Amino acid sequence: MASLDDLKKRISSVKSTQKITKAMKMVAAAKLRRAQENAEKGRPYSEKMNNIILNLSSGISDKENAPKLLTGTGEEKTHLCVVMTSDRGLCGGFNTNIIKKSKNFFQKILKNNKILKIITVGSKGYDQLKRSYKENIIEKISFKDSKNINYFDADKVGKIIINRFEKKEFDVCTIFYNQFKNVITQIPQEQQIIPLKSNQEKDNTSSNSSYEFEPEEDEILINLLPKNISTQIFKAMLENSASEQGSRMSAMDNATRNAGEMVDKLTIQYNRSRQAAITKELIEIISGAESL
Amino acid sequence: MSEEFKVEIVNPEKSFLSKENATEVVLPAFEGEMGILKDHISIISFLKPGIIKVYSKSEENKYFVEDGIVEFRDNNLSILTSSIYNVSDLDRNKIDQIVKEAEKESNEDNVDDQKRYLIDQKIEVLKSLQLS
Repeated sequence: MASLDDLKKRISSVKSTQKITKAMKMVAAAKLRRAQENAEKGRPYSEKMNNIILNLSSGISDKENAPKLLTGTGEEKTHLCVVMTSDRGLCGGFNTNIIKKSKNFFQKILKNNKILKIITVGSKGYDQLKRSYKENIIEKISFKDSKNINYFDADKVGKIIINRFEKKEFDVCTIFYNQFKNVITQIPQEQQIIPLKSNQEKDNTSSNSSYEFEPEEDEILINLLPKNISTQIFKAMLENSASEQGSRMSAMDNATRNAGEMVDKLTIQYNRSRQAAITKELIEIISGAESL
Repeated sequence: MSEEFKVEIVNPEKSFLSKENATEVVLPAFEGEMGILKDHISIISFLKPGIIKVYSKSEENKYFVEDGIVEFRDNNLSILTSSIYNVSDLDRNKIDQIVKEAEKESNEDNVDDQKRYLIDQKIEVLKSLQLS
């Protein structure tokens, strides 16, 4: 049985923890609003880019000479996975969800005797993956220093990927990130970016025959595809940051509530044992007086 | 109204400009300046550094871009660019700064000809802005 003093200490320590989680929740809520806004503002760009590429690629005449970034190397031997996580912890299941999703994917690749290479973006992902996939990780990138997500950072990641592709280091590239749905729900996503998978092929195939290109289609594609990769990564980063803040907010909200419950429980226990001590003393006094 | 069409300029961070009533847009396309009016044929093209001019009935806006892609289709003009400035926001100091950065980049050794050409273009355009 804990003494009164111990209980008192526990209560005050839980209370101060609660203060911290509450403050973190507030901060995450404020950041979330901004991150969400940014994610929404960034969407038109990547959507438009995707549309143009779809129009272009469905109009391209000879598939043989099409750029490799679009059609792939013709093989599927080496997979590159870009796992995008956060740089900070205490955000609930955010990182774990991405890691779980990507680990599933890794196992599938390894089972088929393919070569797996990993690039981690964000330090938390590296920390979790280095235990089991240390020899597969070829590069780790972290943007701890840059305060806001900017296109420049995304471009850097994009260039790294393209460089490696040009050196023929991999055939297929997939990125993993959390898509922001709402504060409680973030959906871990896998998206193949090289070769480009056109998942909405059915739209607008009718009107593209009338496009005029200046310069030639091939040349446009060669210039456009690297940009598209950076854009997709940028989109993933934006979604990720909104998800991170959302996830942290709900995690901290839960923590605050749990701490509150704990304080209540401890306070009841404290009061009970205080009362017990008082009763005990009273009995002692009364029985002392009686024996006189 | 019959001569107006829609222009949208987006950069990765946000939608930069959206205008329903443009009457003419002049673009610095890769192979020369290009004017777009309503009912232009569908086209996809690249931009080189230069000035985009957007005309409407009442006003005329100028933007400086470094690169980008244009798509025109069904009287919708979309311009995707990663770096765009409103010319009226650019003062002398800002221009000087961009020119300096560009000149530095152009003097590096590992620049290929096409890139150097683009940088030179950029400097030229900016200098002409400075004069006006």
